[in-house]
Amino acid sequence: MTTTTLAVLVPLLPFLGAVAGLLLGRTAPGFVRPLAVLPTLTSLVIAALVAVRQSGDAAVNAATELTPTGSVPIELALHIDGFAALVAILVGLVASCVQIYSTGYLRDDPRYPSYAALVSLFTSAMFLVVYSGDLIVLLVGWEVMGICSYFLVGHYWETPQARAASLKAFLVTKLGDVPFLIGLFALATDAGSFRITRVLGAVASGSLDHPTLIALLLLAGVAGKSAQFPLHTWLPDAMAGPTPVSALIHAATMVAAGVYFIARLLPVFEASQAAMVVLAVMAAVTMAGSALAALAQDDIKRVLAYSTIGQLGYMTGALAVGDRGAAVFHLLSHGAFKALLFLAAGVIIHATGTNSLAAMSRMRNLRDRVPDAYWTMTVALLALAAIPPFSGFFSKEAVLGVAEHVITGHTEHAPAAAGWIVLIAGLLTAVLTAAYATRLWLLTFRGRGTEAPDHGRQPLTMTVVLWVLAVPSLAFGGFAFRLLPDWFDGRDLSPTLTTSVLGTGVALVGGIVTYAAWRHTTALTARVPLGAVSAHPEGDAAQVEAEAIASHEPAYGDIAHAPDPADPGRLLLGPLHRHAAAGFHLDAVYTTLFVRPVQAGASLVRFLDREVVETYVRGAGALPRWLGAAVRRAQTGNVQTYVSALLAGTVVLVVAVVLVATGA
Amino acid sequence: MHLAYPAVLSALLFCTGLYGVLARRNAILVLMSVELMLNAVNLNLVAFDVWLSRTAEETLHSGQALTLFTIAIAAAEIGIGLAIVLAVHRNRGTADIDKLRDTSERHDPDGTDHDARTAEQSDEAQKAEATA
Repeated sequence: MTTTTLAVLVPLLPFLGAVAGLLLGRTAPGFVRPLAVLPTLTSLVIAALVAVRQSGDAAVNAATELTPTGSVPIELALHIDGFAALVAILVGLVASCVQIYSTGYLRDDPRYPSYAALVSLFTSAMFLVVYSGDLIVLLVGWEVMGICSYFLVGHYWETPQARAASLKAFLVTKLGDVPFLIGLFALATDAGSFRITRVLGAVASGSLDHPTLIALLLLAGVAGKSAQFPLHTWLPDAMAGPTPVSALIHAATMVAAGVYFIARLLPVFEASQAAMVVLAVMAAVTMAGSALAALAQDDIKRVLAYSTIGQLGYMTGALAVGDRGAAVFHLLSHGAFKALLFLAAGVIIHATGTNSLAAMSRMRNLRDRVPDAYWTMTVALLALAAIPPFSGFFSKEAVLGVAEHVITGHTEHAPAAAGWIVLIAGLLTAVLTAAYATRLWLLTFRGRGTEAPDHGRQPLTMTVVLWVLAVPSLAFGGFAFRLLPDWFDGRDLSPTLTTSVLGTGVALVGGIVTYAAWRHTTALTARVPLGAVSAHPEGDAAQVEAEAIASHEPAYGDIAHAPDPADPGRLLLGPLHRHAAAGFHLDAVYTTLFVRPVQAGASLVRFLDREVVETYVRGAGALPRWLGAAVRRAQTGNVQTYVSALLAGTVVLVVAVVLVATGA
Repeated sequence: MHLAYPAVLSALLFCTGLYGVLARRNAILVLMSVELMLNAVNLNLVAFDVWLSRTAEETLHSGQALTLFTIAIAAAEIGIGLAIVLAVHRNRGTADIDKLRDTSERHDPDGTDHDARTAEQSDEAQKAEATA
């Protein structure tokens, strides 16, 4: 088979799996698990095969136009370069792991068939985005991912948190998607084509008329999808969905789609210096803010969600300094270790029956209960904190190194200001990242107090994938940084001495300071009893998690944080803690700025409809009603009256006819 | 015999019947008045048939044939009518037309409680059947 045929099969197989899963889910429940796992696994194999055949050489391009659609043609096009081939492998790997993990995680879930089908559909859409060579086809995958995310966040729709979170995720990402669509149209109008290759050709020849406007419009969609600063608020709330979904969609793949999109169209953004600076500022604010917020969260998944936002900030930062190689490198390593972190967090939530770090810090011996999650999560957290031999170190150093390159003036693509912004924010975030990673690890595994509950061993499907993902988290960066430039733009990705020392140094400082703070506060743990665990510890992991999420607010007073004086984050952040826990009150700001005016407008419209429009309608109905009431009086029920009226009518008619006939 | 005699007689008969239909209260008397009107029509049919067939070359006497039909149908009609009156009398204990006003539109200005009213009527009907 040709590479093109193979590449078409990659998105097609999970799509067919999703359709078959939805159709057979009720009639043949035995087929649901194979239908969920096998197409995704096959796609992973085929994606690897495509990558081997492509092997970083000239991009594979194929296009077919189904039908002429008017002005700018829309084609079913493939464009597989090194970026697409490698990102597709990541998507396939994480999706396969998540599908296998879900068979254990949602073992007894009655809605598992539709869940698995939606995950397959999502995987297919992500493959489409990765491989597509046409912006409209890419947009189709982009929006399908959005709707899958909406359904999957709302998987536990019995809980109000999940319902609110799914709506919020949908609305906020759509808020970005509207400017994104307009931006795509503007781009295609300027470039005369939706094909990515032709668009890039048009940019290279300088025929783009409004680069800043287009770049900023596209940036809005990317900010919504990749959870960057003004539009990131949906991602922490999206943790109300099942953990495997968080791992696949809200950590490893969908949120990376925005970064991948910019990486594909980087020359368009580079055509506008203003857009690059906006991108850098956005990345810097996102990185630093989300890392501070992560330090104050109590829900283990919300810590990881804020950490995802921050790591995506690193990727957009790398893009802001004009190096898509570094951005996609970090995307790949982050995808592996963040998926691992989430899946391990799912195991921990199942084992402890709570998602609250405060409650976990009061449990002894958790690491003996879940040894697989303990070891793999340690690896992933070290990768997250960018400690040298782990993969996160190499990718993060690539980003920081590029920023340093820009400052020292080695590249003409990006403004030096962007380099400074990204480097300073990146180093600050490196401290905070190490701090919250250490806090997470200490609170989860070094708890003191009662013995952690023993629910037996976790299902094999859930623990094996952790080790599968631990391998790239451990080793991918170290092995890949020499090879990746061949696949990417050819720029060097090896860590430079200055940034390596700086980055590792600040990470160590962050970790050590957090450890010291933890030693200081941990004595308080015993004095303040806290903790509520799931009511059904024997249930499957999904049920335990749904109960844990639903009970966090009633138990601790807030969905995001707990009043725990033993939390080292509280000591480190000081007065900032309260604001960081609430995500710097951005939701409150949005409530006053947007939600309240919209609600006021809605009640005004309601008033106009009920009181004004309806009055006219009632008025129009009143006259016929009165006439009807008057005519009804004639219905006396006395037959003789009717006959009399009939006679009178006949006589009148006869007289009239006679008069007419005689011509009088 | 001149055509005027039977025509006047039938007009008188018809008017008598009409008066009976409009003024009588007893349903049986109303039915009898209807018969009077019918027979006035019959008389007209026969009289005009004879008058027309006097000048015609040959005739089928269709007027007289139609009269026979009308008489037969009138017999059937009066049978059904009397049966209905009998049933009504058994049900309601009366055959007074003035009191049989179930189809009247009761006085209510809104017309909103239409459903309630029909329900009430069916209640009444059930009660009447039960008493019968």
